[in-house]
Amino acid sequence: MYRYDSYDQSMVDARVEEFRDQVQRRLSGALTEDQFKPLRLMNGLYLQLHAYMLRVAIPYGTLSARQMRKLGEIAAKYDRGYGHFTTRQNLQYNWIKLADAPDILAELASVEMHAIQTSGNCIRNISSDQYAGVSPDEVTDPRPWAELLRQWSSFHPEFTYLPRKFKIAVIASDEDRAAMRLHDIGLKLVERDGRIGAEVYAGGGMGRTPMVAPLIRDFVSEDEIVSYLEACLRVYNRYGRRDNKYKARIKILVHELGVEEYKRQVEEEFAHMRTLGLNPPVEELDRIRAFFAPPAYESDLSEDIDRSDPAFALWVDRQVAAHKAPSYAIVNISLKPLTGIPGDASAEQIELVASLADQYSLDEIRVTHAQNLVLPHVKKADLYAIWQKLDEAGLAEANLDLITDIIACPGLDYCALANARSIPLAQKIAQRFANAERQAELGELKLKISGCINACGHHHAGHIGILGVDRKGVENFQLLLGGSGAGDASLGQITGPGFSEDGVVDAIEKVTDIYLAERTQGERFLDTYRRIGMKPFKEAIYG
Amino acid sequence: MVEFLSFREDDATQEPTVTVEAFTGQSNSTAVRIEASEDARELLPHLGRLSLVEVNFPAFGDGRGYSAARILREAGYGGELRAVGDVLVDQIVAMRRCGFDSFHPAKALDDAAVERALTRYANAYQKSVDGRAPIWAKRHPENLDG
Repeated sequence: MYRYDSYDQSMVDARVEEFRDQVQRRLSGALTEDQFKPLRLMNGLYLQLHAYMLRVAIPYGTLSARQMRKLGEIAAKYDRGYGHFTTRQNLQYNWIKLADAPDILAELASVEMHAIQTSGNCIRNISSDQYAGVSPDEVTDPRPWAELLRQWSSFHPEFTYLPRKFKIAVIASDEDRAAMRLHDIGLKLVERDGRIGAEVYAGGGMGRTPMVAPLIRDFVSEDEIVSYLEACLRVYNRYGRRDNKYKARIKILVHELGVEEYKRQVEEEFAHMRTLGLNPPVEELDRIRAFFAPPAYESDLSEDIDRSDPAFALWVDRQVAAHKAPSYAIVNISLKPLTGIPGDASAEQIELVASLADQYSLDEIRVTHAQNLVLPHVKKADLYAIWQKLDEAGLAEANLDLITDIIACPGLDYCALANARSIPLAQKIAQRFANAERQAELGELKLKISGCINACGHHHAGHIGILGVDRKGVENFQLLLGGSGAGDASLGQITGPGFSEDGVVDAIEKVTDIYLAERTQGERFLDTYRRIGMKPFKEAIYG
Repeated sequence: MVEFLSFREDDATQEPTVTVEAFTGQSNSTAVRIEASEDARELLPHLGRLSLVEVNFPAFGDGRGYSAARILREAGYGGELRAVGDVLVDQIVAMRRCGFDSFHPAKALDDAAVERALTRYANAYQKSVDGRAPIWAKRHPENLDG
């Protein structure tokens, strides 16, 4: 894992003091709320319905046990004992007092963490593949690139007041586990002629106008990635729309200019940028890469798993993925218990995962964009012991990528923007499909709920998506089918008129019935939908 | 409170600025004001006769002026580069890094807050136009030219 040197530490320490000063000026009245807002937002502090929400950056979703433990301590001390893991691999606290925020940032800085640029119209936390470094199918570990870009984007002097927020993801596998093409810029690392570089996708995103990012450059080498991104950002900063915040994301610029024209402008700017010496030397990426060198895996371990306990075997089949090292495994921890809040973990659960990472996962934890956790380096021989401890803590749900592994935004229960409640709906759906055999029968089915059009719950990318809207003061839920945030990225289509909360649960059941009746051997829900189209589903729902 | 801040050795230019359109259409003016929506690159053929470029920030959240400033400095402009309009103390550091060397905010700034802001960050991650060596260069002194 990356460790701060004195430069990195001094940057986050300075930020804590800066924010302390800003909060003090706000509390004394020297700053108006209007003036304070962009400053607190640049530090991940939102004013929500009931309290401040603080969003902590988890760069590329990687944490040490010590950092995880600190997140649990903060939840216990400053929040109501919970943390909420987000679709951008971050963590949010929903019950923060403004006066406490500087102290929380200081606690985070003590474990090399921060909340820098977790909101605001700037370059946000860089996200990545939760299996980075351990997946058998990756070209290289994408995290050194993500760390290089974390540093480049932190306090960037030119790109701090962009037209709108800006999200970057870096992956290095054909299987896209990070919804890379639904980011403002997505980088996919590839190897060409023995050199590692990035395919660059630009202009993806969800929100009101969802778009899958088109490829804008086939290859950027590691020693030019910074200058190329500066070119992409400069064109956006200068020409992205500022007259309407709903049309201000880069996807609208790329769409309105056309991909070819945007590319042309970026290439022109890049020709200039590459003469300015903006790129760190290759030695800097090498320095960062050394922190991500594969850990010393033990050899001569058993590759067998004792499956005699059927509940354990079920969990293994669902939650455990193949690791680069044959006697190790990747463990997915579900944060989607059937009656819980998707992505929530209690202070005690966070502490438990920290100690499991300490003991069994070479001190490492990952956060996934589907709001689950991962222990990336687990000996197969230890799986049973881990499962028992997770089970005791209510964390052994075996539903990865099943219909109850729901992504949901905080919704109207917390969020000032929401039109509808996402969490109670997620719970109703989870209860309707609670039967484990039924879930397994339905197979991979990614269900995603957003409580408003801003799409924080990624409903456009759900195999089944739900969008909460306000219809004459009543919560109403639109149903979408056929989205995907994976390598085969696509946007869901609305089925038709919306439903009440119970009505949409019924409609989902009808949709799954059609799938079960129509599927051919080996087809996932998404495959069947793509083959037979919307019509049969629509007839079943509205017919 | 401070109404005008300069980081230049020479005195601030007193000449009133003209619009970009007026400037490019006449030859005797040496001071120009760019609005957020205007293209700083239109000034590049005329940098030699400019002694002041004023960049207006209509609202602090409108960041186009940062790009305008850097573009001018990258092209070798050495005259006064002044940020005017909705310029707040928390923006000064980034503006300095983008090449602004004088400030005339619509609302006067608190001297002490400015001083604290300017001395707070000893280092920066990126190379920009302020001549500071970025952190990566300090980590690899053998590559300082890189």
